[in-house]
Amino acid sequence: MKINDPAGRFISFAEQTAASLRALYGTFGYEPYKMSKFEEYDLYARNKEFLISDSIITFTDTDGRLMALKPDVTLSIIKNADVSALRSTKLFYSENVYRVSGGSGRSDPHSGGGMFREIMQTGLECIGKIDAYCLAEVLYLAAKSLDTVSSEYVLDIGQLDLLFKAVDNVSVDPMVQAELLKCAEGKNVHEIMRIAKENGADEAAAGLLASLVELYGRPCDTLGSVRAAAEKLGMIEEYAQFEKMLKALRGTGVSDNIRIDFSIVSDRNYYNGIAFKGYVNGVPERVLSGGRYDRLMEKLSKKGGAIGFAVYMDSLERLGGAGNVKSEVETVRYGADDEPGDVLAAMIRRAANRSGRYRAEAADND
Amino acid sequence: MIDSGFLNIALPKGRLGEKVYAMLEKAGYPCPEVLGESRKLIFENPDAGVRYFWVKPSDVAIYVERGAADLGVAGKDILLEYEPDVYELTDLHTGVCRMAVAAKKGFKDDPEKTLRVATKFSHIARGYYAGKGRDIDIIHLNGSIEIAPILGLSDVIMDIVETGTTLRENDLEVIEEVLPISARLIANKAGYRFKYEAVKELERKIANGKG
Repeated sequence: MKINDPAGRFISFAEQTAASLRALYGTFGYEPYKMSKFEEYDLYARNKEFLISDSIITFTDTDGRLMALKPDVTLSIIKNADVSALRSTKLFYSENVYRVSGGSGRSDPHSGGGMFREIMQTGLECIGKIDAYCLAEVLYLAAKSLDTVSSEYVLDIGQLDLLFKAVDNVSVDPMVQAELLKCAEGKNVHEIMRIAKENGADEAAAGLLASLVELYGRPCDTLGSVRAAAEKLGMIEEYAQFEKMLKALRGTGVSDNIRIDFSIVSDRNYYNGIAFKGYVNGVPERVLSGGRYDRLMEKLSKKGGAIGFAVYMDSLERLGGAGNVKSEVETVRYGADDEPGDVLAAMIRRAANRSGRYRAEAADND
Repeated sequence: MIDSGFLNIALPKGRLGEKVYAMLEKAGYPCPEVLGESRKLIFENPDAGVRYFWVKPSDVAIYVERGAADLGVAGKDILLEYEPDVYELTDLHTGVCRMAVAAKKGFKDDPEKTLRVATKFSHIARGYYAGKGRDIDIIHLNGSIEIAPILGLSDVIMDIVETGTTLRENDLEVIEEVLPISARLIANKAGYRFKYEAVKELERKIANGKG
C-alpha cells in the first residue's frame, strides 16, 4: 500500500529523507543491498582503524562464533558483495548500525557521548572498476543527497594523496605524522608550524602543509593554490585528476555548493584519493562522509577500487521543523448499541480526508 | 545552532574571558554590557553582528562542538584533555601558563614503584607517562590538587602552573615541564562553513594585532 502522509505527521523527516535518497540512488542504477544485522567480530577486529568508533557490541552465537552487531556497513558490503575489477558494482543501502555516538571528542562525557546508539545510515558504494566518471557521479550524488536534506548545504572535498605527501615532506616519523594529521583535521596551522620546528623539519615543507590545511573555498578560487602545491609536491598527475573530476560537476547545479578543504583526514591505511564531507545549515556536525578506499579493497583481497559515502540520519533528527508535530486526536464515541460496521465505516470516511486524526472509543470508557 | 545572523561566541568566565573580550572589543566586536554587573547570561550587539555568552571555562568546548556557539575561547589544556571535534584557529597568546608535574620538595621518583599522580587532567597525564613508559596510578581530583602529595594521597601532581606561588607556599616544586598552555580561538566545524567570511574576518582582525 502506498503511504500517503504529505504533512509528514507520522513519518519523520529522517524517514522521508531516507526514502528520497533511496529513490535518488535507484534512479542512477544503484541496486539496493540488504544485509544481516550481524557480522563476525573478526572482520572489525582486523580493521578497527577503518571504523568511526572502535567500540563494538559483541555476542557469542549458538555455534560459538564471536559475532558483532554491525558498527559499519562498508566493510560488510566489500566483504560480501560480488566484486569484479572489470565492471562497477553499484549498491545502496539503508541500514541501522550500532556504535558509540555523541561527538567524536570526549568534551561531553556525561550526556550520551560514549554510549552505544542505534544509528540509521543511508549511503552508497561503487566498487570494482572506478573511472573518472564514477568519481564524478558519486560526488554528484553526495551533493544531491545533501540537497535532499536542505538547500543550504556544502560538500567539502579534499585530496588525501596530496595531503599525505605534504605530511611526509615534513616528517617521516609516524608519531610526528600522526600529530600533524591531527592538527590538519583541526585546521590548527600554528601547531603544525610548532611541531615542524620542534622536530627540525624544513620550514618550507611545513609552510606548504599549513597552506594546504588552511585552504578553504570554491574550486574556482582555490584550485590555483592546489595546483601550485601539487607542483611543489611533484603530484601534478593527481592534481589533474582532481581538477578533471571537479570540472565534471560544473553545470550540474551542485558546483556552487562545492568547497575545497584539505582538513578532511582519513586513515591512510584504508583511504586514498578524494575524501569528502557534507554539512547542512542547522546541524552542528557533518551529516555526510565519504571517500575513496582502494586500500581497504586490497586489505580484503578484493580486486579494483571503491568509493562511497554515508548519510548519518541521526544527525537529521532536529531538522524538519513543525511538520513532525502531531495534531490533536479527535475522539469518535460509539455506544453499546452501535453496529461495529457502522462505526468502522464512519472512521474510514473521516480518515479518508487525511487532514485530521481520529480515535474511536466506547462511550462507556469514561 | 541558534540565530545564524550573529557570530555566537562563548567566553570562559573569569579573568581569561575578560582579557579575551578586551581583544575582541579592540578588534571591532564591542558589546559593553558584557562586563557590566547585570545577571544576564547572553549579550548581543547587532551592529557588530556578535552575541557573547559566559560559560564555565571547561564547558566552552562543549558549546562550540555542539554548535550552540560558532566560536569560543578555550585553554590548550582543555582542548588536549577533552579533544573536542572543533577547529583550533588561532593561538591568542594570552592566558599563558604551563602544564607541569610537581612534588614535595626533595621528592625522588622510585621507578620500581607505580607513580601515583593526582590531577584534573587524566587524559593528558596518561598520554604523557605512556610516552615515557612509566607505570602510573591516576587519582582524578576536581580541585585543590596541591593538597594530594602533602597528605600522601599521591606522589606527584600534574596541574596548571602560572606563577608557582601556590606550589611554593605549600612546599611543592615543579619537577617536570609537560607543555606550554595558552588560550586558543576555536570554531564549530559547521559554523565555520556557513559563516566562513565572518569567522575569517574576526580571525584576521585579531591576528593583525587590532586586538
